[in-house]
Amino acid sequence: MIPQSFEYSVPNTLQEALQLLAGGNAKVLAGGMSLVPLMKLRLAAPEHLVDLRRITGLKTLSESSGEIRIGAMATHHDLDSSPLLRQRCPLLAEAAKHIGDVQVRNLGTIGGSLSHADPAADYPASLLALGAKVKLVRAGAERTLNLEDFLVDTFTTAAEPGELLTEIIVPVEEPKTGVSYQKMVQPASGFAIVGVAARVRKSNGQISLARLGLTGVAPSPFRAAAAEARLQGSAGSAEDIRQAAALVSSNIEANADIHASASYRKQMAQVYAARALHAALAEAS
Amino acid sequence: MATILTPQATGKLVGKRVRRREDPRLITGTATYVDDIQKPGMHHACIVRSPYAAARIKGINAQAALALPGVAAVFTGKDVAALGPVPCGASLPGLRVPHHHILAQDRVYFTGHPVAVVVATDRYIARDAADLVEVDYEELPAVAAPEKALAPGAPAVHPEWPDNTAFTYHQEGGDVNKAFAEAEVIVKQRIISQRLIPTAMETRGVVAEWQPGDKALTVYSSSQIPHLLRSLLAGMLGLPENRLRVVVPEVGGGFGSKLNVYAEEALMGFVAMKIGKPVKWIESRRENFLCTIHGRGHVDYYEIAAKKDGTILGLKLKLIQDLGAYHQLLTPAIPTLSVLMMPGLYRFKNILADIVGVFTNCVPTDAYRGAGRPEATHGIERMVDMLAAELKMDPAEIRLKNFPQPDEFPFATATGLSYDSGDYEAPLRRALELVDYPRLRQEQAEARQQGRLMGIGLSTYGEVSAFGPSPATPAGGWESATVKIDPAGKVTVLTGASPHGQGEETTFAQIAADELGVDLEDVIVLHGDTAVVQYGIGTFGSRATAVGGPAVYYAIQKLKEKIQKFGALLLESAEVTFTNGNCVCNRNGKSVTLAQVAAASYRAMKLPPGEEPGLQVTYFWEPPNFTFPFGAHIAVTEVDRETGRVSILRYVAVDDCGNIINPLLVDGQVHGGVAQGMGQALYEQAVYDNNGQLLSGELTDYAIPKAGMMPWLETGHTITPSPVNPLGVKGVGEAGTIGASPALVNSVVDALSPLGVRHIDMPMLPEKIWQLLQQGGQA
Amino acid sequence: MKRLISVTINGKQRTDEVEPRLLLIHYLRDVVGLTGSHIGCETSLCGACTVELDGKAVKSCTMFAVQVDGCRLLTIEGLVSNGKYHPLQEAFWNEHGLQCGFCTPGMIVACKQLLERTPVPTEEEIRHGIEGNLCRCTGYQHIVNAVKAASAKMGI
Repeated sequence: MIPQSFEYSVPNTLQEALQLLAGGNAKVLAGGMSLVPLMKLRLAAPEHLVDLRRITGLKTLSESSGEIRIGAMATHHDLDSSPLLRQRCPLLAEAAKHIGDVQVRNLGTIGGSLSHADPAADYPASLLALGAKVKLVRAGAERTLNLEDFLVDTFTTAAEPGELLTEIIVPVEEPKTGVSYQKMVQPASGFAIVGVAARVRKSNGQISLARLGLTGVAPSPFRAAAAEARLQGSAGSAEDIRQAAALVSSNIEANADIHASASYRKQMAQVYAARALHAALAEAS
Repeated sequence: MATILTPQATGKLVGKRVRRREDPRLITGTATYVDDIQKPGMHHACIVRSPYAAARIKGINAQAALALPGVAAVFTGKDVAALGPVPCGASLPGLRVPHHHILAQDRVYFTGHPVAVVVATDRYIARDAADLVEVDYEELPAVAAPEKALAPGAPAVHPEWPDNTAFTYHQEGGDVNKAFAEAEVIVKQRIISQRLIPTAMETRGVVAEWQPGDKALTVYSSSQIPHLLRSLLAGMLGLPENRLRVVVPEVGGGFGSKLNVYAEEALMGFVAMKIGKPVKWIESRRENFLCTIHGRGHVDYYEIAAKKDGTILGLKLKLIQDLGAYHQLLTPAIPTLSVLMMPGLYRFKNILADIVGVFTNCVPTDAYRGAGRPEATHGIERMVDMLAAELKMDPAEIRLKNFPQPDEFPFATATGLSYDSGDYEAPLRRALELVDYPRLRQEQAEARQQGRLMGIGLSTYGEVSAFGPSPATPAGGWESATVKIDPAGKVTVLTGASPHGQGEETTFAQIAADELGVDLEDVIVLHGDTAVVQYGIGTFGSRATAVGGPAVYYAIQKLKEKIQKFGALLLESAEVTFTNGNCVCNRNGKSVTLAQVAAASYRAMKLPPGEEPGLQVTYFWEPPNFTFPFGAHIAVTEVDRETGRVSILRYVAVDDCGNIINPLLVDGQVHGGVAQGMGQALYEQAVYDNNGQLLSGELTDYAIPKAGMMPWLETGHTITPSPVNPLGVKGVGEAGTIGASPALVNSVVDALSPLGVRHIDMPMLPEKIWQLLQQGGQA
Repeated sequence: MKRLISVTINGKQRTDEVEPRLLLIHYLRDVVGLTGSHIGCETSLCGACTVELDGKAVKSCTMFAVQVDGCRLLTIEGLVSNGKYHPLQEAFWNEHGLQCGFCTPGMIVACKQLLERTPVPTEEEIRHGIEGNLCRCTGYQHIVNAVKAASAKMGI
């Protein structure tokens, strides 16, 4: 229940924060929803915490040139309740609604969640389906990565020491895109045993876009490319969906724990993929 | 006793939905739980616990911990070797009782076993210092499942008993061999009642304060049994009992987990005496999961014998009880309660039961809401359903066929109990009516046509409650009350029960106010402080209202006699009646108020012949029997074919707990009870790995029901008063839990029965159901 | 190294020196002396420690006191105004929305947030809105009733 001692800084600007992080010993404190419980259980013991809450620029949501830029310190509640997201990127707003509980959504941030890289977190499914990019900044340099390149493994990202995730970039959703996030909840923690996000568009009766992101299933969230390919150009019939869903977990080393075995997770990935596709297609047509 | 189908208030307050007296402090955050207590100079303790389920302690080095500024002391096993042991209050023939030291000596027996205690000026320093205590362990093989522990070659939990068997227990009633020989059908099933973690929202906690001048120790503890704790703790610490005061402040839930005496309670007493400062220990949730008792932990092998017409002839049970590494207060006694309730609500008179109590390298099991009766009810209700399925009978019909009739009460069971009163058909018929059973079965048939897996599950449960007559309990089964009226006429009730959420500050005030003809506001009910309350037993086993309530009632009857005598003196009349809070002269109608009588009794200018001054009576009530609440629950469920997930479409609970003092509170008890039964049926399980590591070690992995996981509960009541006590009450604290798990499992089995599924063990996790669906029902 | 924080709690401003690692719940309970908010777990699941931070319900066991420097806090103790209970407190009392009471302060603060965002919630919305608060006593049904009753009263 009681964390180890640490040094605490609360910079006012991004530049200050980057300087503090440059040393490599400091850890970022965003919403704290993942980090603080780990510290209380003494599974994490950072020497220095850099609290980003005062850096107002990291909380904004804005749209320009077909993209929505989300500050890493925007909370799940900010996303869930954002009229911009609800209208222009409803899948992400929907994903935010599924995270934790009201209190967690009030404090927890999208940047914190992605940086923690929990294999069962909700966002990555939707963000992968959206083709999201993340911006990483360090003193004097910045780079933009595709999310799949950022999420390296369980609790591991591509961020290097001193590098800070500042922004998540998603495309503005095109009209008539159907989206859905379907989740099998682990009843104790509220995390996803399986979470599947689907985006589909049709033109001339054929599926012109199919994107599927999965979380909870494997050590790292992933996009189901084979399933997407199976759907591309198809009519999106029940049989198309069935066959595509069957592909989502075929080559996956699935996670196993006391809540679900690997084989069950793989099966549920297919079931929830089919559900997400059905729901998304119903919206698309 | 006739059963009433529509509850009605029987008094001005008794029988009414009175909102609780205890709530204002609780809704404003001004109540005092253990962790809210502050004492000048108070220190904080943190306990170093074993990371292994079985290990030899080769050495402990506390130098670094002691060197940390703010650390006052570190104590290890050798410091407390002479204290204790942690008591086992249950006695069974041949019971093996391991010596349960309050800190491990040279060996640890379960993950979380306390090894050392660090004491510091604040809780942060104590926690830091605990990490600095170096314990050199040599890990040993462990065994964490009871059937594995019984297998040849299993690691011995206690080296002196290599068979891991703490006791065996045999009970027989009637002639079970004859019953099985005559049977036309026999059904067998292995049924698991999995280990559960009680999870009171407030973890345990202790504050201990030593007064060296008085040589007196005060222990504040989150407990259900203040007086028993005092008696046992005095023994553990070698203190005269009259120099030990136990105060139970506000308690944040117990469910049996605080019906115990724990190592930490004695340990804090020891620390306070050693350091001469008050000390506080608050259990973390992880410690609560690792070190506070668990519940259930059965593997049961049942055989039921019946005639083709559904008449049950007999029941056999082999019960393997996972005891854990030690006996806590009642550990070995809990499975014997299962045996007592084996017959359930049915008339058959032939039983045979064999219990094997098994040591494992796990935290001890003990009383958790229902304590042995949910396991028994789950067993008999599953077996009756399986029998019905075998005979292609309706589960309601087979139950109705086997109930004893109301005129057969008191009903003697094959296990030696005498059921006090009952009309077992009444709640079942009421529940069937509430769900419109024939229409529901029709709906189910239609659902099945559409390929949907819809199930209807019944359970008709009974329980032995209101513990209990003293000869049947380890430490007295009575309860006490003092009722005193102060000189201004206000009423104070001191009860030996120790409510911690059940609401007896309200229900006992309702009883007292009605009996004395005063306003509810004029009564207060105090409990939980051994320096204030006469000796008492406590709150557990659905006993507080059913045993503590009558104690209040009888104390008031005696008090009323005295009030009448003082009234007669004031009214100068031999014929005086005490009614509605006044003494009235039967001849001339003149009256005096209770306040006037009270003032006169303390002023004592004149005393009635043979009477003492004052208005105060203490009454210790010994119940002549247990009570036997009963009821019927119906769960309607649907299984998602693709995932195995169970949805509860409807849940109806009709309980009969005898007379009802406060329907609002009874509904609350039923709701909460059902939630815990549902938790067991669908979500909860304590999971140890093969090495004795608790995998469900936090609330992130042990799923107690959240609001969104609960269906709307429809409740109903029938009322069959108990003849055991003058209030006619039976108790309702555990009913919901006992009724719920079989109703749900029966429902899901019913849903899957077209696939040939006969039985499912709890918890009915989606994956388990899904596996059955994959196998076409063949488990 | 201790840090100075300045906080407004239940309308009163105060300044304290705290260690960075001091959890907000321990600050409230042990330093400020407001023991109404409780600790029921260490994994941010039970919600017994829920307080309002700048108008938002948060779990005070999953924050450090240094993080609330300059913020406004409301705890269960601050819900009574001029001796009058908040409609939710009244409703929990009337509807028997509590038994042992340990989860109640956090539960009521969470319900306040729920009603601010959804003034007339459905049963499902109520159950969803209190997912972050565990109660082992009530089975939640009387809590649902209490929130509905409070909603009706606050709507008048």
